[in-house]
Amino acid sequence: MPPRRGLADLFRATEIDARLVGMLGALALIWIGVDLLSGGAFLTPRNLWNLSVQTASVAVMASGMVLVIVARHIDLSVGSILGLVGMIMGVTQAEFLPKYLGFDHPLIWVIAFIVGLAVGAAIGLLQGAIVAYLGVPAFIVTLGGLLVWRGCAWWVTSGRTVAPMDDAFRRMGGGIEGAIGANWTWVVALIAFAAIVWRTLHARRRRRQVGFALRPIWAEVTVAGLACLAVWLVVLVANSYDLPPRVAERIAAERGLTQGLSIAHGLALPVLIAVGVGIVVTFLATRTRFGRYVFALGGNPEATELSGVDTRRVTVLVFVLMGMLCAVAAAISSARLNAATNALGMLDELYVIAAAVIGGTSLGGGLGTVAGAMLGALVMQSLQSGMVLMGLDTPLQNIVVGLVLVVAVWLDRLYRSRTLKGSAG
Amino acid sequence: MSDARPPLVELRGMSISFGGVRAVDDVSLDLSGGEVVGLLGHNGAGKSTLIKMLSGAYRPDAGEIRIDGRPAAIHSPRDARRYGIETIYQTLALAENLDAAANLFLGRELRSGWGTLDDVAMEVETRQVMARLNPHFAKFKEPVRALSGGQRQAVAIARAIHFNARVLIMDEPTAALGPQETQQVADLIVQLKKEGIGIFLISHDIHDVFDLADRVAVMKNGRLVGTAPTRAVTKDEVLGMIILGTCPAAAIPGPGALAAGTA
Repeated sequence: MPPRRGLADLFRATEIDARLVGMLGALALIWIGVDLLSGGAFLTPRNLWNLSVQTASVAVMASGMVLVIVARHIDLSVGSILGLVGMIMGVTQAEFLPKYLGFDHPLIWVIAFIVGLAVGAAIGLLQGAIVAYLGVPAFIVTLGGLLVWRGCAWWVTSGRTVAPMDDAFRRMGGGIEGAIGANWTWVVALIAFAAIVWRTLHARRRRRQVGFALRPIWAEVTVAGLACLAVWLVVLVANSYDLPPRVAERIAAERGLTQGLSIAHGLALPVLIAVGVGIVVTFLATRTRFGRYVFALGGNPEATELSGVDTRRVTVLVFVLMGMLCAVAAAISSARLNAATNALGMLDELYVIAAAVIGGTSLGGGLGTVAGAMLGALVMQSLQSGMVLMGLDTPLQNIVVGLVLVVAVWLDRLYRSRTLKGSAG
Repeated sequence: MSDARPPLVELRGMSISFGGVRAVDDVSLDLSGGEVVGLLGHNGAGKSTLIKMLSGAYRPDAGEIRIDGRPAAIHSPRDARRYGIETIYQTLALAENLDAAANLFLGRELRSGWGTLDDVAMEVETRQVMARLNPHFAKFKEPVRALSGGQRQAVAIARAIHFNARVLIMDEPTAALGPQETQQVADLIVQLKKEGIGIFLISHDIHDVFDLADRVAVMKNGRLVGTAPTRAVTKDEVLGMIILGTCPAAAIPGPGALAAGTA
């Protein structure tokens, strides 16, 4: 390739992932397009806030699906695991625990959540062990799981819907109670700013210690500045979506305020949970041996085995993690619905896999990022709620989502084959 | 080469079958420190299979491995590494999606005080080893997929020699290389030999082996035809061992030697 100077070089100096920028660009296009087509109903604080809450559950599962797919497996059972775990958490908090602790005991949501995590982990352990030790392909094991766990969910209550959820538990689903308010949102933002600055300085110091080339100062400042700007924009949106006037009046009255009639939602708890999960899974994927082995396994399973890695154990752990993330997603979904129903999480496996793939995870294994998958989830949800705002019928929505999935993967392949030729030179 | 000390590696009566086929049948072979033993034979003669038992990739059905005269329990690649046995596989066994440093340290990553991967430290060490093997190498940030055949080979070799190997197994190390890179590998083998490392050099090309090996061992149909000091035999005689299974007078015949040829 001939050396291209100018903008391209400047961009390379920042070491920003070009793929991620492309996805953000696509997302911006969708948002602006849908906003124009829906007569300005999309880019409102209220809609964006709801969009973030609606994305949380699929985003949480997509972060785990990245590792599953990177390790050359697939998990078709995530929607059913979500359904079963949601049902078990529902029964635990609405029917079982109140018998002993009484309703609205502060420990109820904690116990219910831990029970859910344990069930999710156990299901993942079982499926992972069958894949790793019995050698049954993950496609089959989890296809079976799709039916088995949905059937088990029905069994827990014979198909009856469990409601309502514990008050504290419901906060995990968002809504007025599940928003942290303007002040706490600023606290979160300040922590994010500090983390961004610390990361930049830390990476720079480490590179200098060992004498690697440093990024130019302007590039560091630009990247850190853009990250802070993004956080700031999110805070602005979250803090300009006000509580309904009546709720605000009530809260104002409770606190003895007279002029507090505009109270902001701030960030939603499920969104914070999803972001937290994203950070943790990214950490696991990039900074730990476990994550390194998952990627090595996807790149060359035989070589990984020959390097002395216990590949079976790694495979099992990937599925255990996936199961636990399904439990987190189950908490978010059932809390948001304020009920555990038999249909909870139905077809979610398709959205989760689509999100991961749109986010750049290669079905051939070995390639993928958690951030990409979560962004993929946001793209999918944006399309869907955008089409709802535009008044499109459900069948048409499905057609569009299906087409977008195929086109997105095709574009990704084009991009990959070009960059690979470029670097192999 | 025959001191009173036990050899570095002794393979005794190694056998393994796959689905009723005896891939390796009662093979005994030894290797001393600083010695290069060339393992020759046709494709499918059992060379790679024999060596995979030593490197822990396969478990033998019968036989014993001794290191420094003591029985060694090698049940996995991890065990073999613990005994200082490193292998450069014919396929190179690299994860193509990872960079050079990640491949070099795969399975024994350097970690920081908090138990997280120390990628910077790993890259520093990788730069040092690679500088020795391939001074022009600069693609440290790119996945191995983007490297040339010789560069990949260098990564695989770097992985084998970086962790103080005592025994090095090289399975067709020059099969994918050009003349210049082949010469580099040859120079490296001479250098490693000086450092006292014992090397099994597997090849189906006897010219490679004749230049580098102290002894040759020939396998045919899973059995050992015989071993001989390289200096005591001619290439034609070794070709006879490979193709016909005949054993020349200067060689020590193994169980696979053709009975008529030894008369």
